[in-house]
Amino acid sequence: MKNNEQVGKMFHMLLILLLFVMAVWLGYVVLHLRASPPGLNALVGTSLDTSGVSNPVTAVLLNFRGYDTLLEMGVLLLALLGVLSLGSASDSRETPPGLVLDFLSRLLVPVLILVSGYLLWAGAHAPGGAFQAGAVLGAAAVLLLLSGWHLGEQFSGLLLRAVLILGIGVFILAGIVLIIFSGNFLEYPQSLAGAMILMIETAAMLSIGVTLAALFQGIAPTGGQDK
Amino acid sequence: METVIQLSLVFDVLLGLGLLWFAWRSLSCPDLFKAIVLFISFGLLMALTWVRLNAPDIALAEAAIGAGLTGALLLAAWVRLESFDALNRHDGHGEDTETHEK
Amino acid sequence: MNHMMLYALVGVGLFTIGLYALIVHAQLLRKILAINVMGSGVFLILVTLATRHQELLPDPVPHAMVITGIVVAVSATALALALMLSLRAATGQDTLIEPSE
Repeated sequence: MKNNEQVGKMFHMLLILLLFVMAVWLGYVVLHLRASPPGLNALVGTSLDTSGVSNPVTAVLLNFRGYDTLLEMGVLLLALLGVLSLGSASDSRETPPGLVLDFLSRLLVPVLILVSGYLLWAGAHAPGGAFQAGAVLGAAAVLLLLSGWHLGEQFSGLLLRAVLILGIGVFILAGIVLIIFSGNFLEYPQSLAGAMILMIETAAMLSIGVTLAALFQGIAPTGGQDK
Repeated sequence: METVIQLSLVFDVLLGLGLLWFAWRSLSCPDLFKAIVLFISFGLLMALTWVRLNAPDIALAEAAIGAGLTGALLLAAWVRLESFDALNRHDGHGEDTETHEK
Repeated sequence: MNHMMLYALVGVGLFTIGLYALIVHAQLLRKILAINVMGSGVFLILVTLATRHQELLPDPVPHAMVITGIVVAVSATALALALMLSLRAATGQDTLIEPSE
């Protein structure tokens, strides 16, 4: 018994030592990375006018590296498929929401929906964008789920599936349609770029919000728990 | 301005130390609920850090998704784990599968 | 080298703390917390490296990557939590260690 303990302690010490060495090494490397590769700052700066938006992060996310965003929405959908396919036993007990939760949810949810709409619109010229707006929308839906709204029963079936694939679907459709315009997948013509980005971002926002809420529903089936 | 630079350095050092402290406390806390709450606070400190690093888009995303939604998911999972424990304590058997002694 | 680089060191520290907790703790929920902390550390390093060149205008490409990374991290966390709950429901175990010893 004692031998096992001593061996365990030794391994523990060895682990701490190795991790310390790794941390010092990584710290040294990170601090001394050569600044000579100029980064993509200048490139984005000069191409920003042609991108259709004036927020550089949105331009990178939706225009210059739009393909990455497309695949990211695919990852979200895949994670949701995984969570749903694992299934979960739904709790039959359900407590009505407490006073604070009830009041706050009625107060906050309309504000959250408004804020998400603003973030989507402001994403073109200020910090914001589809992901932030979709996350706020998802938070509103989670708040509703926690307050005991049976969103899962009312909003299921074809409508749910349609909204879930709306984001990635619109993105892919836009890309295919753009092949006719510019000859390349997801290459926006300059006059249409702003409008296309807004359209794709709206679909993405709805999709992300519903996906995040469905992920929460998959972990915590049927609301009404008083945490 | 010397004092402005000094103040921002002090702020950055405090924020950095706070991040490390919250992460360490969250991961080493014996109570699981406290650990999750500390993790949510860590997420909010990260949102502050993103603002400090001139990345407001990331700050919005981290506050909403990283701290908010991840925290909600973790708490929901913790509640279900607790309900499994409660089930085990009430009957001696828990569900209809065999139990393992931890 | 401006003093923002200390955030890169904080990122390395977070990564190390997360890795230590990932290895040492047996409970799956703690491992999931540890992986999230490691992810946050990596994002910190990425974004700090984006502020290296110009003081006022950071490089937006790492920003976009980190936003993508945050969304992917929450998806992975959700899937990991669902797997953990399924494991717990099926076998009653909280860890991946076989209880026979």
